[in-house]
Amino acid sequence: MLSIKDLQVNIGDKSILKGISLNINPGEVHAIMGPNGSGKSTLSHVLAGKDGYTITGGSIEIEGQDLAEMAPEIRAREGLFLAFQYPVEIPGVSNIYLLKAALNAVRQHQGLSEVDALDFLTLVKEKIKLLGMDEKFLYRSVNQGFSGGEKKRNEILQMAIMEPKMCILDETDSGLDIDALQIVAAGVNSLRSENRSFLMITHYQRLLDYIVPDVVHVLADGRIVKTGGPELALELEQKGYGWIGQEE
Amino acid sequence: MTSSTTEIEQLIGKEYDKGFVTNLDADTFLPGLNEEVITALSAKKNEPPFMLEWRLKAYRHWLTMTPPEWAFVNVDPIDYQQISYYSAPKQKEALKSLDEVDPELLDTYKKLGIPLEEQERLAGVAVDAVFDSVSVATTFKGKLKEVGVIFCPISEAIQEYPELVKQYLGSVVPQEDNFYAALNSAVFTDGSFVYIPKGVRCPMELSTYFRINAANTGQFERTLIIADESSHVSYLEGCTAPMRDENQLHAAVVELVALDNAQIKYSTVQNWYPGDKNGKGGIYNFVTKRADCRGVNSKVSWTQVETGSAITWKYPSCVLTGDNSVGEFYSVALTNNYQQADTGTKMIHVGKNTRSTIISKGISAGKAQNSYRGLVKVLKSAENARNYTQCDSLLVGDQCGAHTFPYVEVKQPSANVEHEATTSKISEDQLFFCQQRGLSAEDAVSLIVNGFCKEVFKELPMEFAVEAQALLGISLEGSSVG
Ligand SMILES: Nc1ncnc2c1ncn2[C@@H]1O[C@H](COP(=O)(O)OP(=O)(O)O)[C@@H](O)[C@H]1O
Ligand SMILES: [Mg+2]
Repeated sequence: MLSIKDLQVNIGDKSILKGISLNINPGEVHAIMGPNGSGKSTLSHVLAGKDGYTITGGSIEIEGQDLAEMAPEIRAREGLFLAFQYPVEIPGVSNIYLLKAALNAVRQHQGLSEVDALDFLTLVKEKIKLLGMDEKFLYRSVNQGFSGGEKKRNEILQMAIMEPKMCILDETDSGLDIDALQIVAAGVNSLRSENRSFLMITHYQRLLDYIVPDVVHVLADGRIVKTGGPELALELEQKGYGWIGQEE
Repeated sequence: MTSSTTEIEQLIGKEYDKGFVTNLDADTFLPGLNEEVITALSAKKNEPPFMLEWRLKAYRHWLTMTPPEWAFVNVDPIDYQQISYYSAPKQKEALKSLDEVDPELLDTYKKLGIPLEEQERLAGVAVDAVFDSVSVATTFKGKLKEVGVIFCPISEAIQEYPELVKQYLGSVVPQEDNFYAALNSAVFTDGSFVYIPKGVRCPMELSTYFRINAANTGQFERTLIIADESSHVSYLEGCTAPMRDENQLHAAVVELVALDNAQIKYSTVQNWYPGDKNGKGGIYNFVTKRADCRGVNSKVSWTQVETGSAITWKYPSCVLTGDNSVGEFYSVALTNNYQQADTGTKMIHVGKNTRSTIISKGISAGKAQNSYRGLVKVLKSAENARNYTQCDSLLVGDQCGAHTFPYVEVKQPSANVEHEATTSKISEDQLFFCQQRGLSAEDAVSLIVNGFCKEVFKELPMEFAVEAQALLGISLEGSSVG
């Protein structure tokens, strides 16, 4: 599904990612853990095509297609989704309007007609229930006045509507209390399927109690320094990130 | 970051799609302005003598005036002797129905998206179309007449209802009010006249599409709307103009009078040709719009979406004379490329318990300058007057400017005047977020701008709201966030 080979990225003259390789097969859930500043968000932004980063080496591909060649909106329509660590607010634009625009952008890309208004409403109501959100959120401006946890849930709602095949979740767990974490995890788990892959970026192990990954990578200073199974996350939790650095 | 700047700059360059010219045999005066021209114009229109005198008085006063220089816009000096003050499509006789209208004219309206026949049949909107200086077709007259509503070209009203015209014309915007209003008073050629009788709720929205066609022709419309006691009316005004390299002058005057318990809602979507992307050509839109809430409990709402014109100079205002009267101003002004807009409102509180609300949304893109200029004046007599002003500016890119000039004069201690202002930029994070949800950069900008304008759009009648949103999208095409 997603193939990253020796990816090197600069911000200005500063080298941030220093050769990352990673291969995610369809249906797999990978987790990337790492201390603050290790380059996790940078990786997610580069994959999604944000401006301001220079790829100085390596490649990124989705299902064999070169991601770096695609505009950010094309990547999105092709099924690459990023749940942001810090979702932005868009005053005056209702959540439901954004959801519909997003879904229609994907549908149009797939050669489908615009979604029928009634079908859309049914779909949205079903998904919003899944995430334990009030329907009122649909008519509020995107993320405006939302709590941190509500913003994160809203990201997953967008994901559930767009039905992407490659989902990247950047610290979706931070800012969630335990109840919200469980709801979000249940939402994500319900989207797991053999055709859909996940890259879960997290600082803490606790999310991985609820969404159990197939593979765990540890990122430190722009490099993947360790890869293992779910047990690696537990080990990290006990020993802290310092342990990784010492081992090197 | 640089790449997104250029990207969005590319997005702005969309062509003005209303810029065609209609080839009609026109009856046009030679350029120039003097008392003979005004006399000839008045004669062409078969005006009664009082009207000619009124015009000449305005003209003589105008000669003593100079153009205002306080607005935050750069205007090349205008040579008023180079303008033709009358241009009318040649028609032999009065038209009995739309079938008799020159098909090319009707075609023009079709291109503008307002097929008159269709509107008459389907839309339930009465249209008084002003083509250059004469009103071409006024639809729905019959239906309106049944309830006593008068909706006709002002030239017709001058002949048919001289008493109403005499009583109200210039009673809100006097001839000597300002340079452009004086010029308009001297040379106005046509416009709309509306009278809603006592207790009548106008059964449909009234709408005028103005269109400037002939080259080198100034358009000077005059609109007068009178809402008699306890009546209601909603009036829509839409404007477009063809592309020409030279600037064209548009100096209109709109007067609204609301008597006791009457309500007038006046909505404008202004999309005059803004000039090309290098700032060449475009309409100079110097307009005086003012309402007098003359009666107790009367109410006037101005809602405007201004996306066109090279230069806009416009301050729809309310004089709140009657006790408990209400004035509202909802505005979206968008400037792109080299457009300049200096717009806002004046709320003059005279009566007791008068209330006013001002919501202004200014959007600048490209190299455009956008100014809000608003005056809230509370006279000694206006006990318990209230005003709320909210003035937001949005910058698209980093080469444009937004400016706010609020003026507040309060002579009554019980008054309560509140002002809030914000300036924001479309952030790259917002843009990227939308793109990550599958929207093109262009659609993302349009979505964010539409969201910014929401409070104003919701004041527009339904059809207009849809048009306004589409217009913002078009006007922003090619604009970039930097
Ligand atoms: N715009 C920027 N300019 C310069 N350095 C940046 C910028 N954004 C992030 N960085 C740096 O890149 C490194 C990785 O940041 P980030 O990817 O956000 O880490 P994480 O998500 O793992 O906390 C940090 O050292 C951070 O300071
Ligand atoms: Mg991060």
